[in-house]
This record gives sequence, structure tokens and C-alpha cells, in this order.
Amino acid sequence: MKTGTSLLAPGHRGCAGCCDALAGRFLLDALGKDCIVVSPTGCLEVFTTPYPESSWGVPWIHSLFENAAAVASGVEAALKALGRKNNTKVVSIGGDGATLDIGLQAISGAFERGHDLTYVCVDNEAYMNTGVQRSSATPLYANTTTSPSGRESRGNPLHKKNMPAIMAAHGSPYVATASVSYAPDLMKKIKRAAEIEGPTYVHIHAPCCTGWGFDSSKTIEVGRLAVETAMWPMYEMENGEVTKVRKIKDRKPVEEYLKVQKRFKHLFTKDGAREEVKKIQELADWNAKHFGLE
Amino acid sequence: MKNKMTVVEGSYAVAHSVKVCKPNVISAYPITPQTHIVEDLSQFVADGEIDCEYMNVESEFSAISALIGASAVGARTYSSTTSQGLALMHEALFNASGMRLPIVMTVVNRALSAPINIWNDQQDSISQRDTGWIQLYAEDVQESADMTPQIFKLAEDKDVLLPAMSCMDGFILSHVYEPVILLEQDLTDEFLPQFEPEFILDPANPMSFGAFADPTTYTEFRYRQEEAMGVALKKIETLANEFNDIYGRYYGGLVDGYMLDDAEIVVMAMGSVIGTVKDTIDMLRKDGVSVGLLKVRSFRPFPVDAVRKALKNAKIIITLDKNISVGKNEGALCTEVKACLHNTKMRIPVIGFMLGHGGRDIPMGTIVNIVDKAKAAMKTDSFIESGFADLREDL
Repeated sequence: MKTGTSLLAPGHRGCAGCCDALAGRFLLDALGKDCIVVSPTGCLEVFTTPYPESSWGVPWIHSLFENAAAVASGVEAALKALGRKNNTKVVSIGGDGATLDIGLQAISGAFERGHDLTYVCVDNEAYMNTGVQRSSATPLYANTTTSPSGRESRGNPLHKKNMPAIMAAHGSPYVATASVSYAPDLMKKIKRAAEIEGPTYVHIHAPCCTGWGFDSSKTIEVGRLAVETAMWPMYEMENGEVTKVRKIKDRKPVEEYLKVQKRFKHLFTKDGAREEVKKIQELADWNAKHFGLE
Repeated sequence: MKNKMTVVEGSYAVAHSVKVCKPNVISAYPITPQTHIVEDLSQFVADGEIDCEYMNVESEFSAISALIGASAVGARTYSSTTSQGLALMHEALFNASGMRLPIVMTVVNRALSAPINIWNDQQDSISQRDTGWIQLYAEDVQESADMTPQIFKLAEDKDVLLPAMSCMDGFILSHVYEPVILLEQDLTDEFLPQFEPEFILDPANPMSFGAFADPTTYTEFRYRQEEAMGVALKKIETLANEFNDIYGRYYGGLVDGYMLDDAEIVVMAMGSVIGTVKDTIDMLRKDGVSVGLLKVRSFRPFPVDAVRKALKNAKIIITLDKNISVGKNEGALCTEVKACLHNTKMRIPVIGFMLGHGGRDIPMGTIVNIVDKAKAAMKTDSFIESGFADLREDL
């Protein structure tokens, strides 16, 4: 692993154990210098660019929360218009709120127009930059500051939006899911996405120690548990068809993933797991079956 | 043949001007009454008459956002919009000016909903007053066409670097067919240099755009924008003269006077109503009424000194506004004029009239009535508070 020579310079304001910082570093390790990065508003944008400093060793632009894909499409169009496109990769990297919620329309437009760009979602399953509010990527029953558990609530009542399927439905030639806990796999997918012409999409599962409630030394471990329990299936899709999946040996029960995170604490009593855990297990079982993970 | 007049639609004249300015990236979304401009530009692209990337985006918000990205790469960028579309862009307008990206946009002025109304007034662009965009207002189609290269050159000046709106009244200018001199390519090439920005997104020389500024640095970004507006004030005058030298047409710089020097009553206005006001002045002058016009071309930056200087002989000022600040019962021009006279020794009454909202016609009779009111106020040495000039009594 390159560290001292990373194009995302250390010294930024990311938390210890930050998943976004890992994703940003892996992204640039995979892409190299010949790229232009567009970030929507979010943790990664804020902590890497406290003016007059910047961690970005590649050209980088942040505009607004909801328009990164539109900005990226303009970057790509301008490079073409000015005859400077060559091999330069245009990549947008944003959080789940910027991707699944507020920026969805701009992403849809950019993918429909067929720009040669890669959109990377770093999904930590809530609005972490503003204090752990629910997004449409928040999983069922997770406790957030706007979907709290209480006497009459078991946390977020809604299912996580299936963003990779939405992107595949746009006719994207390449859609992949990845995890910050599997760096070589993640970088391989980013590289592949960037190399394929047209609008491609990589969705990275990214455990947030402050938002999910686990020790900052456990980011990689928690991410691995999500994959090992089939809570986060890892696959690649080409032209709408699943072409590769990451198989799981000895799939673990979801309890092992849920129990290490404070956001699911309300699902367990001193007498054991509440019935909601069964529903979450069903989701993992569906993933395992649907994607043929075992 | 130079200076050949052609009868074309206002939108076509502007689209043609955009074409000869050779933008690299155009990004737009259709909306009445701006639609014809982007249709004409699309046709130019389809016919190979313009070499650019034309982006059919899914909203005005993405139209402006795409241009933010394109401009940061170093492209000359253009869009046009109106009304709801401009309102949808609001957040990104601040962003473009804060990043000092000289995007140029024609705003075809139209009323805002509710009630929904597609006709002309200037509430849309006036509502974007504080976004840090230059705003120039054209009087007629020829001025709209001629304003286009001027505003590209102004926005892209290295000491300005601010996005800019060229505003033209919807339908009254955009859809009218009148004789126009379409801008010549060779003259435009002479007038408008290539856009070669110093700061761009380029892997050979990585820079960060749109960083996070905390309270220790944020203020200075705003200050620099204001400084650039100050530079723009001077350049607007210079460019109007340069344009005149090359094309032989002039519309005033920041402001322009008509029968102004000896006028006791001065009417101030922006946009297409100017023509009606000039005709009314011609008529009233025959009856011995001492009335003149001060046309405001530049609303942002607001030409405080030029306005003060032009009003020095006025006894009473009338402002015409096709917009309202609801809750203040006056339009934006009225507020600006009052404000720019306040810290001076000039004590000239200002009467603000709002009119022409949602496309309501402004006949000469309306202007005559307004001037009569001003005359009466002058005679009795009384003040008139601002208000609507063309309310219907029967509704």
C-alpha cells in the first residue's frame, strides 16, 4: 500500500478511522495523476480542503451538494471541446446523501447523456457530515439522529435504496459494489470503471466509526463483517447483467455485524435479539440467494 | 456588405451573436420564452455552423452546474434561461460567482409563479440581484444582440472574472421580428479575444476549486468579488466604446440619457420600456413638459456615481420597475436610486412606480399619467410614496 506518496496528502481533518479518507486515497491510488475529481458537499470535501490547504494532488472541484454529476459532465464536455480529453479520467466521488438523495437527478441526467465519467458513491449510510441523519441509504432499523429508536420506534423504518440497480437501469456499461475493507478489490473496480468508456458507477460500502458507533480501530473489521454476513453483497454488472460476485465462505449470522455497532443496539435486549433482527437476516439471506454468494 | 439589416426574431439575433462569440460549451434547458434561443443554437450545431459541445441537460440546475465544471476547465460557456429556470439555478449562481467563473447567460425576462404566467416582467433577474452576477439590461433587439460579445469580454476579463447575465424582456424583445444587423464574424473576432484563463482544472498543474473557507478567510472572498464589480464598472464603459469603434453602434455605457440635460422630470427605467418612454417624452416635450430619460444598462454593478452625475439637474425622479419587493411596496430600481442619493447633498424626490407585471401592456398613456403625477407633486412640493401604476379598478 502506498501511503507517503499518495496523491491524497495526509494532514487532512478526517477522523481517526475515517472510511471516506480511505476511499479517497484508494481512488487516487487506482487512478493516478491523469484525472479530474469532482466532489459534492460532504465529509470528504470538507476535511480535505480547509482553505488555503488542500490534500488533493490532482485537479479537484467542489461545487454544491446536489450537482456533482452535472459538474463532472461539464468537465468532460469541456475537455472534449478544448481537445484536451485524451486519457484524462473524469471522476466524481460523493457520499450516499449526495448520491442517493439530493444528487440523484443530476446523476440520472449525466448517465442518460452518456458522458465518459465514473461516479463513485462512498456509502456510510447516513448524513455523517451534519451529524448522522437518515438518508435513503440508511439500512432498515438503524438508529440515526432523525430515525431514532424510542418507545414506539425501532429506528429507520425504511429499506435501503438499491442504487446500483438504478444505475444499471440507466444502461451503464459497468456498475460495481465494493468496500473500503477490501482495498485491492476496490482499486481494481475503480480502475476498470475508469477504463471503460461511458458513464460507470462504483458503490463503496464505508463503515463510519462516529456515525455507526464503533471504535475507530475497527473500520476495516466492521466492513468485512458486512460482506461476510451478506449484508453488503459485492458484485460487478456489465450492461445490466451481474457478471461477477465475491463468494462468501461460511456466511456469518447478521447478529455478528449488528452487535458491534451502537446504531443497532436497540435491537438487542438482555434476553437476546428482538424480532427485527430476523427481518434483517432475511435481507441477508435474500442477498446471498439473489447474487449466488455461497 | 457591412451593416446589412435583416428582419429576424429577437431570439435568433441573440443566438447568432452567441454563435459568432464561439462558445466551447453550451448547456441549456428549454423554457418559455427563452426556448427559441436554444433551438436556434441547436440548429447551428446541427448544421455544423458552430463547433462546440451542446449539452441537453435535464434541468436548469444541471445546465448551470455543467457550465461550472466546463468553465473551470477553461471553456467559454453559455446558457440562457428565464423565470422559474433562473430561480431553480439560484444556489448555483452564488457558486459560479464565488468561484469566479465567467459564465455568460442570456436571461429572457419573465414573471414568476404563482399565479403561473409566462409573460414579461423582470422579477426573475431582479430576484438574483445579490448572487454576484453582472446584470446588464438591453433596450431593444439590436442592443441584446450587441450586448452578447460585450458581456463575454467583460465577464472573461482577467481583472473581472465574474459570471454575467445579459437581460432582455421576454416576448417584447425575444419574439419580436425587427430589422437587425446580425453580428459579423470578422468584427467579432477582432473585438472578442479567446478565453485563456490562468486558473483551470488541468492534470499537468493540479489546483483545487471550491475549497472550504472558515470565518478567518470567507470575508475576503466576498471582498474580492466586490472589488471585481468595481473593475467591471469601468470596463462596461470602455467596452461600449470599443464596441462602437469596431461595429459603429453605441447604447451608453453604464447609463444613457435621452433629453436629459435640461430635464426637470427624469424617468429612470431598464429594458424594453425605454422605447415607450422615449416616444412619450417626444410627445410631452412638444407640449412643453420638461421631461427626460435616464436609461440604466448596468444594474449590477450599480453605477452609483454615474447615476448621481446624471441626476444632478433633476427636480424630481420617476423610477419604473417591472418587479416588486413585496412588503416594501417598491421595485428594486427605486430602492437603489433612493439609496444612492441618500449620502449626498442631493435632495431630489424619488417616486417609484411598478408596472408591466406578468406582461401587462405599458401604453404611452400610463407613462403620461405617471409624469402628470410627478408634475403635480413638483408643483405642490409634496412627496408621493411608491406604488403600482397600472392597477385595474375592476378586480
